Amino acid sequence: MTDNLGTSPDEVQFRFRDDEPVDHAAVTVDSCCDQTNATAVRIEPGDDARVLLPFLDRLALVEVNFPAFGDGRGYSSARILREAGYTGELRAVGAVLIDQLSHMRRCGFDSFAPDKRLDEEDAARAFATWENVYQRAADGRRTIADKRHEA
Amino acid sequence: MYRYDQYDQAMVDARVEEFRDQARRRLEGKLTEDQFKPLRLMNGLYLQLHAYMLRVAIPYGTLDARQMEMLSHIADKYDRGYGHFTTRQNIQYNWIKLEDAADILADLATVEMHAIQTSGNCIRNISSDHFAGAAADEVVDPRPYAELMRQWSSFHPEFTYLPRKFKIAVIASEKDRAAMRLHDIGVRIIKRDGEVGAQFYAGGGMGRTPMIAPMIRDFVPLDQFITYAEACLRVYNRYGRRDNKYKARIKILVHELGAAEYIRQVEEEFAHMLTVGVEPPREELARIAEYFAPPAFVDGPKTVDRSDPDFALWVDRNTHRHKHDAYVSAVISLKPAGGIPGDATSEQMRIVAKLAREYSFDELRVMHTQNLLLPHVRIADLHAVWTALDEAGLGAANMDTIEDIIACPGLDYCSLANARSIPLAQRISERFAETGRTEVVGELKLKISGCINACGHHHAGHIGILGVDKKGKENFQLSLGGSEAEDVSLAKITGPGFDEDGVVAAVEKVTDVYLASRTEGERFLDTYRRIGMEPFKEALYD
Repeated sequence: MTDNLGTSPDEVQFRFRDDEPVDHAAVTVDSCCDQTNATAVRIEPGDDARVLLPFLDRLALVEVNFPAFGDGRGYSSARILREAGYTGELRAVGAVLIDQLSHMRRCGFDSFAPDKRLDEEDAARAFATWENVYQRAADGRRTIADKRHEA
Repeated sequence: MYRYDQYDQAMVDARVEEFRDQARRRLEGKLTEDQFKPLRLMNGLYLQLHAYMLRVAIPYGTLDARQMEMLSHIADKYDRGYGHFTTRQNIQYNWIKLEDAADILADLATVEMHAIQTSGNCIRNISSDHFAGAAADEVVDPRPYAELMRQWSSFHPEFTYLPRKFKIAVIASEKDRAAMRLHDIGVRIIKRDGEVGAQFYAGGGMGRTPMIAPMIRDFVPLDQFITYAEACLRVYNRYGRRDNKYKARIKILVHELGAAEYIRQVEEEFAHMLTVGVEPPREELARIAEYFAPPAFVDGPKTVDRSDPDFALWVDRNTHRHKHDAYVSAVISLKPAGGIPGDATSEQMRIVAKLAREYSFDELRVMHTQNLLLPHVRIADLHAVWTALDEAGLGAANMDTIEDIIACPGLDYCSLANARSIPLAQRISERFAETGRTEVVGELKLKISGCINACGHHHAGHIGILGVDKKGKENFQLSLGGSEAEDVSLAKITGPGFDEDGVVAAVEKVTDVYLASRTEGERFLDTYRRIGMEPFKEALYD
């Protein structure tokens, strides 16, 4: 059972949180369920994020791995954790590309460790792509429909 | 019809700028072709055999004259003076240059149009009944529900990298004119005890593994409509297969799990989603519905002067009963005998736009049968409309006949195709028009696909033809008995395939069997269902 499969804080390129990053590596979902002291875990695309729900209180970092950018399961994993009230760091790692940043942010990711560093200017533009949004999601933004019908 | 407000416009404008930036990064080498591909696909840009193809969205097939004129303008300015209307009520341009794509999208945005999610592994443009808002038999106009789904599905953050493409159709009558149960999700808006709600079907589709969608919920209350759809999609996004692209559509998931287990998972997710609160405010549907208020119909004559037999035939064939008895919906056939199904020239598009403005409350539809439609024509104006259409080469009186062929672009354009669909469609329609058999045979839906991906809907044809590659030669498999309508069924293969000449002859032979066997009022499909495959096989192979 490998215990050091996580990204280090050094590899995190974008972080939208003020708290101290977790300083130890993440464990697998299986180890997390067995170990009572793990505070960082990594979700692979095939993992069911819901098995982590009983442990959310002790988790400070959840990494969601994107081995391939076209595999969108991690977006659901992220939202499921946020919907369950997880407030710790939610980090997208792996094949994280410029054009996914805005969607990932909406699904609740608040840190990003792309396996290839992204152009800062392109990324800043990508995070700001959508001034408004159609769907309610994990970022809590008021939607276009909400704005249309606010009193 | 629906109009963008400042928000909708800003979303589409933002998308144009995003795409411009993506194209720039591709040219600067910051994006590999593999990384760029899904991004251009989600903006409707495919790479075909000879050039890029751009697919422009026409949400639920509804557009106005100004928009049709823009489609005409794009055909002239960026393509070769024509466009191809598709089975999902969109339009495709076949000769696009990559460097023009962002400018085309910007031009489209000026008339509230776009190419968003017309391709890629995401929720595609929502289709609907082409007679929506006009049909005498609809419960309500289904388009407000489709528009609500359009907004929900546009740039959905969780569902942009699905296992595979995802197509949704929304209808609101017992009759199915949108192949609803052959979609990933089919929605039928119904009324139960006076309350409007949505019936959901999931896991239908054509392609290499055709399946008819089972009903997964008989009534979703309107204030939970989007929440339920979200639950359906989440279960698919999490558990749809990603190991094999040919098994990645939701139909495989529903089939492998079994409908009951898929339903159980969706219901569980739905119960959870209801606590999350993803449903748009209830007033949003009401706001959208106002845009679809019926136009100001006026009373008038209910019959036409039938002294011109050509006109009378067109009226009989190409008009559809309207909810107001002084009006009809008039089908503009894009199937002239010997023509390319679904193609229209820029000049024809301009003429159609003008007719819409003059005679149909500035409204047009694209039909899934690759025709156009004037939804609200006064019966008193029909002769003038027909005369103008006829002069423009758009007056073919052949709706739902064997000349009204659905055909995919095939090997003439498509890099996936094994065989040419278009020349075969041309030959069959020409042959039946020449021999005068079209009228004798009556309703007969013939559909041609140039490969097993089934874009030409051959599984759902009363007669279906599938082009395959047989040792380097085009070969055509014939199938019978499919239907995309409320009597949905999948066609069965007759036996060994034919070459091009052979399949044209085979189509004639099966119509011989039909004509010899039919009873009063029976369509080809009815006769086939009654007598079965055997008599057709005997005629074809003995």
